[in-house]
Amino acid sequence: MRIARSESIATHALLVLASVVAVFPLASIVVSSLQGVTGSSSGLSFTAYSTAWTQGRFGSALLSSALVSVTVVVVTVVLAALAGYALATMRVPGGKVIVALLLVGLVLPYEVTVLPLYEMLTGWHLIDTYGALILPQIALSVPLGVLWMRSFFASVPVELLEAARIDGTSRLQSLRLVVLPIAGPAITTLSTVLFLFTWNEFLLALILVPDNPSVQTVPLALSFFSGAARSSDPAVTAAAAVLVALPVLLAYVFLQRRLISGLTEGAVK
Amino acid sequence: MSTAAPTTGRDTAASAPASTNRTGGRRRRPSPLTYLSSLHWTSLLYVAPALAFFGVFVLYPIGISVWYSFYDYDGLTVGTPVGWGNYTAVFTDSQLRAALLHSLVLLFFYAALPVCVGLLLAGAMSRIRVYGLTVFRAVLFLPQILSSVVVAVAWRNLLAEDGPANAVLRAVGLGRFATSWLGDFDTALPSIGVIGSWVEYGLCMVLFLSGIVAIDRSTYEAARLDGAGPVREFFAITLPALRPQISIALILTITFALRNFDLIWNTTRGGPGTTTTVPSLYVYQDAFQNRMLGRASALAIVLTVVILLVVVVVQLALREREGPRRRFTGPRTPARKVHSS
Repeated sequence: MRIARSESIATHALLVLASVVAVFPLASIVVSSLQGVTGSSSGLSFTAYSTAWTQGRFGSALLSSALVSVTVVVVTVVLAALAGYALATMRVPGGKVIVALLLVGLVLPYEVTVLPLYEMLTGWHLIDTYGALILPQIALSVPLGVLWMRSFFASVPVELLEAARIDGTSRLQSLRLVVLPIAGPAITTLSTVLFLFTWNEFLLALILVPDNPSVQTVPLALSFFSGAARSSDPAVTAAAAVLVALPVLLAYVFLQRRLISGLTEGAVK
Repeated sequence: MSTAAPTTGRDTAASAPASTNRTGGRRRRPSPLTYLSSLHWTSLLYVAPALAFFGVFVLYPIGISVWYSFYDYDGLTVGTPVGWGNYTAVFTDSQLRAALLHSLVLLFFYAALPVCVGLLLAGAMSRIRVYGLTVFRAVLFLPQILSSVVVAVAWRNLLAEDGPANAVLRAVGLGRFATSWLGDFDTALPSIGVIGSWVEYGLCMVLFLSGIVAIDRSTYEAARLDGAGPVREFFAITLPALRPQISIALILTITFALRNFDLIWNTTRGGPGTTTTVPSLYVYQDAFQNRMLGRASALAIVLTVVILLVVVVVQLALREREGPRRRFTGPRTPARKVHSS
């Protein structure tokens, strides 16, 4: 039975409306950032961007964010591949307990770890260094990473591993030579998701690198900048927010399919 | 993620008896000794690095938080044990109770509203062929990928005294309602709620869409042949089939609503007055500004326990019933006999 054409049009109209609502806030700051700083001539102007860039130290913040995110993703993926491989293909002593702990770790609010983390990292003289951002975020990414890689390795046909073992490869060799070459898509999606989470992390940065602008990441830099500039020019604040959103938006254009499937289907699993 | 790790090898051995018959029989009912020797002790080497990070930077801090939560401790002098005092404070202190109440209000905006809007739209979309689905999906998902600080700046701009929201109100002659939305005692909390709804509704829709794509189209055809209308179709087919997606949408939105530090910190910091305070804000302030480390820890533990409980309850309430996946059940299902024939 066919559905009336009018219903199809109405539903598409609803979808368009929902999409407009989704982009409107971002579009509105792009517009106000281009209106130029107060007092300057009307028309398109990029003065707000140059002001924000120099005043907000966003160049250094972008570098910090990139460094922290790449390190966290690379280390987590290596740790997750090893642990996930073992949990999926071997009889790990205490494996059930490990998986249960990791599942709890998936939904854990960071708030419960931040205070002891702060004291611990102060004791290690790591507060206000890259280490304070990188080490805890690796640990907080471990649950998602390990469970993700475990469910991928569990989907690898047993015959493949059996065949490798008959050919005389050790377990580590079959991870490196047999399983990892076909894990490309799973690892890329995991990396994309972890990168996004790390790039956007705010609370940990606020607490663990409060006083050293040279290691602060972009969300923190934007928060301080917009907080301090709250009374000053809205165009500059808007420009700063667009600068911070831009790298993620560009990456999203190319990786959206992978990212959406990673954040939704991965969760349903 | 339903099968636990150590059983995976056993399951596959049982399902592929030809290749692993020799060990399969022994594994089925192992004595304690053979069980221990059948474990791969070297596998711990693979798990150890990940577990070391998780243990040192997650589990150990949680343990410390639990310990602190039973002390009156300012971080400098020696703490005094207070038993469950900090926990009773969490539920009796009027400020903290107000914060919990705010969280409940936000739950409506962050979880209930987006899930309902998402379901409505997904139900409408299940009935038609959607053109440009990939583009719609990407655009609707956009709020999810933005840093919460960017979201906060954008919405502060949107809801400002002279911002676009008030401009629209004035343009349509409702200028008397124009206000500083995030700065007004009456509108601040609902305004933050609206921001949360905006962040989450796209996620819900995209989740539900992925579930709808998996529904067998012939089910809908059959229901329509049996004369089911759009409403009946929604409740008989779409809603039951989306159970796993609804479950995950609720878990994601509720945990986001209960944590919710970033957005509030970057919009109102709990103000004006204490009208938009939430527990996670007090965790931060008590720990790093008021030096009430014991109370901050107790509050963080309560928050964690509540989140874990919610996750368990949602999963139990919405877990899939026995039987084949994606087959709707219930006596009122109109398409059932057609479907099974």
